[in-house]
Amino acid sequence: MGDIRLMKGNEVIAEAAIRCGCDAYFGYPITPQSEVMETLMARAPWEETGMVVLQAESEVASINMLFGGASAGKKVMTSSSSPGISLMAEGISYMAGAELPGLIVNVQRGGPGLGTIQPSQADYFQATKGGGHGDYRLFVLAPNSVQEMADFVDLGFEKSFKYRNPAMILTDGVIGQMMEKVELTAFKPRWTDLQVEEISGSWAATGKNKNRKQHIMTSLEMVSERQEKNNERFQAKYKQMQEEDVMFEEIQCDDAEYIIVAYGVSSRISAKAVDLLREKGIKAGLFRPITLFPFPNKRINELADKAKGFLSVEMNAGQMVEDVRLSVLGKTKVEHFGRMGGIIATPSEVVEAIESKLIGG
Amino acid sequence: MTAIKVEDIIKPDNLVYKKSSVLTDVPMHYCYGCSHGVVHKLIAEVIEEMNIQEDVVGVAPVGCAVMAYYYLDIDWMQAAHGRAPAVATGYKRVNPKKYVFSYQGDGDLAAIGTAETMHAVNRGENIVMIFINNAIYGMTGGQMAPTSLVGQVTATSPHGRDVDLNGYPLKITELVAQLPGAAYVTRQSVHTPGNVRKTKKAIRKAFENCDKKIGTSFIEVVSTCNSGWKIDPVQSNEWMVENMFPFYPLGDIKDGERDDVDKYLVQKLKK
Ligand SMILES: Cc1ncc(C[n+]2csc(CCOP(=O)(O)OP(=O)(O)O)c2C)c(N)n1
Ligand code: SF4
Ligand SMILES: [Mg+2]
Repeated sequence: MGDIRLMKGNEVIAEAAIRCGCDAYFGYPITPQSEVMETLMARAPWEETGMVVLQAESEVASINMLFGGASAGKKVMTSSSSPGISLMAEGISYMAGAELPGLIVNVQRGGPGLGTIQPSQADYFQATKGGGHGDYRLFVLAPNSVQEMADFVDLGFEKSFKYRNPAMILTDGVIGQMMEKVELTAFKPRWTDLQVEEISGSWAATGKNKNRKQHIMTSLEMVSERQEKNNERFQAKYKQMQEEDVMFEEIQCDDAEYIIVAYGVSSRISAKAVDLLREKGIKAGLFRPITLFPFPNKRINELADKAKGFLSVEMNAGQMVEDVRLSVLGKTKVEHFGRMGGIIATPSEVVEAIESKLIGG
Repeated sequence: MTAIKVEDIIKPDNLVYKKSSVLTDVPMHYCYGCSHGVVHKLIAEVIEEMNIQEDVVGVAPVGCAVMAYYYLDIDWMQAAHGRAPAVATGYKRVNPKKYVFSYQGDGDLAAIGTAETMHAVNRGENIVMIFINNAIYGMTGGQMAPTSLVGQVTATSPHGRDVDLNGYPLKITELVAQLPGAAYVTRQSVHTPGNVRKTKKAIRKAFENCDKKIGTSFIEVVSTCNSGWKIDPVQSNEWMVENMFPFYPLGDIKDGERDDVDKYLVQKLKK
């Protein structure tokens, strides 16, 4: 029997970090995710596992501390909410350019600007299309339960080391703040120096010795031909993600005529909407992308052969809907439904949207 | 009488100077007369003499020294503009046994990266911070820096730095010295052999401080940028002595260790 608890999404991020052998967390307070660092500080993992927890002077500093810790070949993470992630954008781009692993958690709130501290999914573009400058992508995981908040910390690290590319958990104020039952995994010890050498020794800045060349963590390349080669290497990684690591969940999609596409908290509401629609005799299904990048284009395209329409349900003005359209490639109708400003749609609003935008429309 | 042969003269016992083994053979891209190259050499020599090549990691800035990693044969990180102290912090915290140094220009350290500079020192990170103050943005073509002198002509202050418009030159080293986390704060230069020796001694001391865990060591090197200043290297040295030294006087500003924690301790609030 595992270790079963009732925990908040944000708290579980902290607990999962300690349990998966994370080496360091750097962060700066912002609602609705401050519990991540608060929990870590209260747990004092430096006494237990040796994990470093440091409150930085800003998100700019946090992400650059991540750059430093990742350069050592270690498992390092940060968390923030929307405005803080914007501040990190340059640093994230540098990490992608220097091919450094690391985990970034965005517990989204509404924007633009200071916006609202209420939940939102308005950072989809920022998370999945790069966010900072230059042609790069993050490996983006979208949990829809407290359990997945726990599981995706370890998974995020695994993928970020597999690709030597930053990974992001893109979640929202609801999942971050709500309490649910969660089964915690057993403690994994932090990597020893020897393991770091084994896992990251071929590239990390572990100290230059006579037996090897310098290891330089840089995103700079002055020769255009070489920079293009770098870009091609990055693009090859993103393609490999698409081939090997797409994750999604399907609920009643097999015979569905109308498919809701939703992630995070919107998928929880949409699952209820599917039940309501089925009760009314409407064959509805839910498709939940778990990786937002790589996006499950292929599967959505297959489903579009039979479905009469897709509704992308997101807490924004219509962002993921663009990827759904690119997946469906005109085979059938794709519409968007979303509330903004921190308002959480109700299942009956989703039902109405299906009826008015897809069935009646 | 036996004639003196070349081999008799060129032999290890007669060697008075050799290139540090920590310096690579890559020709430096710095302009002739630039201070960056001299400071690189000194860091390389200190690393070699302390025999810490395998245990040292450098953080390069954005600025003319962005490619410092081509010249010192050690592992490096290349930080975003101004963020070297944060990168150094992140590395040092997960690898406390390593020697970590950041290397930054005045734009990098004292303008865009002021927050990271102040907070790294205030935390008393056990790192070495090297600050090349040439009173100009060398890399981007000679624009005004936070350290440019009043009246100094630059690409973005073509009529001379005007306090009403641009504020005063920033003595960030004096500010840093006020911070309780600082152990050793000094201002040096490399324009004469004597000053080169003093700067090297300061760098050595700064690296040795890392072992003692006594806080941050911060070395400003008042430097020249003849390309940015648009005068020749010799005139640059003269201009520096005449104009920069009075405003940025050389010497130690703090030499000790980070402040005693007890001095700051208040009663804990009850939960
Ligand atoms: C975010 C960002 N802003 C601006 C720049 C452009 N930039 C590159 S180097 C530099 C100034 C460097 O001056 P300094 O730090 O004094 O170094 P020096 O070249 O004089 O040694 C600037 C503004 C940049 N690379 N990144
Ligand atoms: S521009 Fe100035 S700082 Fe840059 S290499 Fe030339 S002299 Fe040195
Ligand atoms: Mg400068």
